Amino acid sequence: MSADTKTPLVEIRDISIAFGGIKAVDHASVDLFPGEVVGLLGHNGAGKSTLIKILSGAYPRDSGQIFVNGDEAHIENPRDAKGYGIETIYQTLALADNIDCAANLYLGRELRTKWGTLDDVAMEAKAREVMGRLNPNFQRFNEPVSKLSGGQRQSVAIARAILFNARILIMDEPTAALGPQETEMVAGLIKQLKADGIGIFLISHDIHDVFDLADRVAVMKNGQMVGHARTEDVTKDEVLGMIILGKVPAGATAGPGAMVE
Amino acid sequence: MATSLKWSGGTIMSEPTSQPEVVPASPGGSSGGPRLPGAAENEGAFTRFLRATEIDARLLGMIGAVLLIWIGFHVYGEVVNGFGAMLTARNLWNLSVQTASIGVMATGMVLVIVTRHIDLSVGSILGFTAMVMAIMQVWVLPEIFGLGHPLIWVIAVICGLGVGALIGAFHGYLISYLSIPAFIVTLGGLLVWRGTAFLLARGETISPVDQTFALLGGGPYGSIGAMGSWVVGILACLGILALLYVGRANRAKFNFPQRPVWAEAFLAAAGCAAVLGFVILVNSYYWPKGIVRRYLAEPQNADIANTPVDEVFISYGFAIPVLILVAVGIAMTFLTNRTRFGRYVFAIGGNPEAAELAGINTRKITVMIFALMGTLAGLGAVIASARLNSATNNLGTLDELYVIAAAVIGGTSFSGGIGTIYGAILGAIVMQSLQTGMVLIGFDAAVQQIVVGSVLVLAVWIDTIYRRRQK
Repeated sequence: MSADTKTPLVEIRDISIAFGGIKAVDHASVDLFPGEVVGLLGHNGAGKSTLIKILSGAYPRDSGQIFVNGDEAHIENPRDAKGYGIETIYQTLALADNIDCAANLYLGRELRTKWGTLDDVAMEAKAREVMGRLNPNFQRFNEPVSKLSGGQRQSVAIARAILFNARILIMDEPTAALGPQETEMVAGLIKQLKADGIGIFLISHDIHDVFDLADRVAVMKNGQMVGHARTEDVTKDEVLGMIILGKVPAGATAGPGAMVE
Repeated sequence: MATSLKWSGGTIMSEPTSQPEVVPASPGGSSGGPRLPGAAENEGAFTRFLRATEIDARLLGMIGAVLLIWIGFHVYGEVVNGFGAMLTARNLWNLSVQTASIGVMATGMVLVIVTRHIDLSVGSILGFTAMVMAIMQVWVLPEIFGLGHPLIWVIAVICGLGVGALIGAFHGYLISYLSIPAFIVTLGGLLVWRGTAFLLARGETISPVDQTFALLGGGPYGSIGAMGSWVVGILACLGILALLYVGRANRAKFNFPQRPVWAEAFLAAAGCAAVLGFVILVNSYYWPKGIVRRYLAEPQNADIANTPVDEVFISYGFAIPVLILVAVGIAMTFLTNRTRFGRYVFAIGGNPEAAELAGINTRKITVMIFALMGTLAGLGAVIASARLNSATNNLGTLDELYVIAAAVIGGTSFSGGIGTIYGAILGAIVMQSLQTGMVLIGFDAAVQQIVVGSVLVLAVWIDTIYRRRQK
């Protein structure tokens, strides 16, 4: 799909899923290279989140394959996906509101002492270190995350995704709940992660959120892939045309969902 | 598992709305508890005290409620009946024994309610497992080992706990894998297991149970005496000191904020005083004359057989069922706070979808929770049937409601994710204190029901207001 001859970090090939007869994702394919940011765009209900939930193991797919580093990956549940280094920041953040920051960061992967009990002190120490870098003003380590502000909760969700050496990061509307200043900071984070060779899927319904950050954009409409393009080859208006009409401009590669003229 | 962050950077996000904050305490420092952003400087002394000692205000409220009930009934008895029976060693000892069975089950109900389920079947599981154990001890095992064999009670208890666990696991399977609501599954269980218990023994009452087994229900012989109680009390005090010390040492190792020294000292003193006070209480309740007379007449006491009965004071000490409740309370607290299982239970209760996305096998955890609840219902059956020295067909009827009420009065929230083991045990004490108090001052059963029901609703209302103000 890409002109690049390198092996993609992750390749999603011909994925389909239907919910009660409605094809939420219909033979969609997309790939992602190390150190690359791919913006996955489309209207609400275009199938972006569903496609990404298949990659993160939250939904079982009806058909299609996922390759990680060229090898077929068997992803049946969120644990499998994490095993391949795929970490997800969900739009809803998916935090357990009643437990504290450290417990959320390590949920499902708790550190344990040599007696098999939870090593809360070590987890809190690590949490303080990570949060100290992400959000140095954050001190509310012993409070349930329900008491935190939107930005603080967002930073907990981001810290969780990058705590475990993620190689592929999926961010579903990462700035939807944030103010302009916090959005700016997420952008800074994305640039740093990219420089470290992590591949990032950035999902948004708003082209302005992603156009400047993404190396490529992939556009979905009605569950199908309209096409994808390098951001330097297309304009924002052309991408908008892809999102709204399914019309593929000259600089982009058409997919199965492209409007037939 | 965890490795350092991959990106090099310094500060990436900062809180735009940050308030001035207190820097965490210096290494080994004791300059204050974890300060929260925005904590007002002019807060009251009591709030500062709670913050420094990290005592839950709800815990204090519940202890206050228990004391209020005790003193209230005592004074009422003094004034109206001319005799206050509530605050006597005898009554409080009995109260502790009567709380044991419900208290044990309430600790399990906390986990069930925390995960947004309910278990209406615990009373029937108690009845059924009590019947299974009684049949084992009275009909089956004596045939094999001979009457009074020391293994009989052990095998009976294992059977009871095992059957309880299996029933609970089966309920959990129906709830999590077949997606039948817990309310329906356990409502069915309530009827099914009560009916099955009836069929097992054709409705008969089975007694007497094995003599050693009967000790698990308390009574003069089922208590550990003055010396044993002192030993348990002192061990408990050492345990409290060790826990506080280890907690402090751990936090010092990582330079976390710590409680001030005076707060640690207060917690140690309060904990030890409560334990030793309880020891003195149970040791000042003496065996009644009739039992002392029978005891002196036993062959092994020939050397003191001629002592006048009036001069022999034998303390009850802690009753075995109370020790079982304490052990269950400690074990369940450990399970909820210190293990993965406990962490997952609360995470599922807080946000089931997030727990699933974090890779937690929520269905398996649900089965384990109900299996644990069933096991505890089996343990409740051990205490209840041993205390009664028999298994009757209606043993444990309505217990499910008292157990749920105890958990809820203890601060377990039906909206999920919130609840504590100590709260549930205190809730059981509140319920039992109300009932005992009303019996002592001679209220009829009808009035008792009205009061207990009203208190349940009132307690939850107060809790709702408290939670709303917390936010």
